[in-house]
Amino acid sequence: MLEKALIGSRRYWGWVGFLILVVGIGFFFYLRQLDYGLGITGMSRDVTWALYIAQFTFLVGVAASAVMLVLPYYLHDYKVFGKITILGEFLAISSVIMCLTFVIVDLGQPARALNLLLYPSPSSILFWDMIVLSGYLLLNIVIGWSVLGAEKNSVPPPGWVKPIIYLSIPWAISIHTVTAFIYSGLPGRSFWLTALMAPRFLASAFASGPAFLILLCFIIRRFTRFHVGKEPIQMLAKIVTYAMVISVFFLLMEIFTVFYSQIPEHMHHFVYCFAGLHGHQELVPWMWAFVILAAVSLVLLINPRTRGNEGLLAVACVAVFASLWIEKGIGLVVAGFTPSPLQKVTGYFPTGPEVAITLGVWALGLLVLTFLYKIAIFVREEMEA
Amino acid sequence: MRSSRRNFLKITGLSLLGIGVRPVLEALGANGSPRFVKSPARLVGKRWAMAIRLGKCPDDCRDCIAACHLVHNVPDFGNPKDEVKWIWNEPFQDVFPGQGNSYLYPDWGKRSVVVLCNHCDHPPCVRVCPTKATFKREEDGIVMMDYHRCIGCRFCIAGCPYGARSMNYRDPRPFIKKINPNFPTRTKGVVEKCNFCAERLVLGLRPACVEACKEKVLDFGDLGNSQSEIQKVLRAQFSIRRKPELGTQPQVFYLV
Repeated sequence: MLEKALIGSRRYWGWVGFLILVVGIGFFFYLRQLDYGLGITGMSRDVTWALYIAQFTFLVGVAASAVMLVLPYYLHDYKVFGKITILGEFLAISSVIMCLTFVIVDLGQPARALNLLLYPSPSSILFWDMIVLSGYLLLNIVIGWSVLGAEKNSVPPPGWVKPIIYLSIPWAISIHTVTAFIYSGLPGRSFWLTALMAPRFLASAFASGPAFLILLCFIIRRFTRFHVGKEPIQMLAKIVTYAMVISVFFLLMEIFTVFYSQIPEHMHHFVYCFAGLHGHQELVPWMWAFVILAAVSLVLLINPRTRGNEGLLAVACVAVFASLWIEKGIGLVVAGFTPSPLQKVTGYFPTGPEVAITLGVWALGLLVLTFLYKIAIFVREEMEA
Repeated sequence: MRSSRRNFLKITGLSLLGIGVRPVLEALGANGSPRFVKSPARLVGKRWAMAIRLGKCPDDCRDCIAACHLVHNVPDFGNPKDEVKWIWNEPFQDVFPGQGNSYLYPDWGKRSVVVLCNHCDHPPCVRVCPTKATFKREEDGIVMMDYHRCIGCRFCIAGCPYGARSMNYRDPRPFIKKINPNFPTRTKGVVEKCNFCAERLVLGLRPACVEACKEKVLDFGDLGNSQSEIQKVLRAQFSIRRKPELGTQPQVFYLV
């Protein structure tokens, strides 16, 4: 089936060429980072994780969101999702590839990455995260490939794949739970030290992932003959709505606890996010953009009339994706380090090379996604024809 | 007949091998080869700890910092972003957040306090390290690092509630003013921190910061020995520790 990714229109190759160019630019700057060290980024002694790890965290959510299709389709036999479940699984594959790449890119000594396996340390959450993420990647490759292959040959999927699909459901929950544990188990980082971290991660994942999937469905409908249909998109939109409402609700819970208790160490981080601290306001415009985008998306999603309008739904999905990207892909990680354990506020700005490397990894993921979707759509178009 | 010729060759071969093996074994078993010997002069302790007298540091004194950073090849990048430090000064109110108040005895909130790795009894940095590059030495409780194993993930920095750890964001070697050949320099991309001068203890020397302090602000000793000087000091005087509520059990005590 893989060869189907190599047959495409001029426009297809233009898009692939563009992505390869962005990957190439990112790779060029990554070589410079390897030479100079991580000092080429905006990270500092105080803010030691930033854009890379934040992208990793956000994309684990996008990967986990495939379960929102797999669960209704396979567990509840919800046939409407039959056509697009494969899209969710392939989105998971490319997201996990991006996650793992972001972790490698963030290492100070990437050549030693295999020390993770040579000296396995079960007390470290990073060790478990490596296991659940690579396991999830493998599960989705096996499931996606065997199900699509069976479809191509017009036979039911092999029997052995069913238990693997069932396994992938709790496994999807585990990847984002374990990723939340990376943060929520650290003493002295009060911004992250909350049991709500994993539920918050999951809620925002189930909003951002399906929102992205809806947008992908619109793009596919526009450029291919594979018709996704209205019904699965509307169902996805409902999932996005609930998940976004829960996500914002959870965040408000945090804000209540922090500000009603009035514990300074807990308040400082939120104050830094939304008002600035010690004259530093790096995150303030971003966080208010998050608030506005989240509010706009909720208005558009909760109202059934606007949700039913596909144009407005697309706007809502962009708003959901962008707002949660800001919240997790920028705010969560940087604000957790600010102020530092010694009460210092060190401003963080990503540097040019850092942004180029980040875009390169995103382009790499989109390239994998493009190839996988191309194959899936080819099979679907053949079936519909 | 053929069989006996084969046996002859076998025996010849084994004999030759036997003759050849002996010098090899002798070379390996020779007494003159280097071996790991613990110096009889070394300082032995079950639980090393430090006591720091609050408010005794003269303003602008950096003797302990200079001594430590010199013997440990700590680079000076000249900017706070990439900064690497093992021991340094911070205002009292930032070292003990929540303890600062406006009625504090003359300017105590702003008085500088020496900070360094606390060599916790329950170190979160050791718990989170995915390669065991950071570990607690069982024999004397020092929290140490293997710079050759560290992958530079910086999870330990996130885990440390005291900001005691630094990342080598760049190659540190060009930024070391005078390289001490008796201590390793680090490479870019690894984390480092205070090691309680483990390399000096084995030679029978006290930590460099303790020796450098003219004001006798710093005390170093073995908490595992009930007769030790540091135990007496801690019994005689009230002391506090940084963020004790986190349960990390710091082994650096601040005498009030």
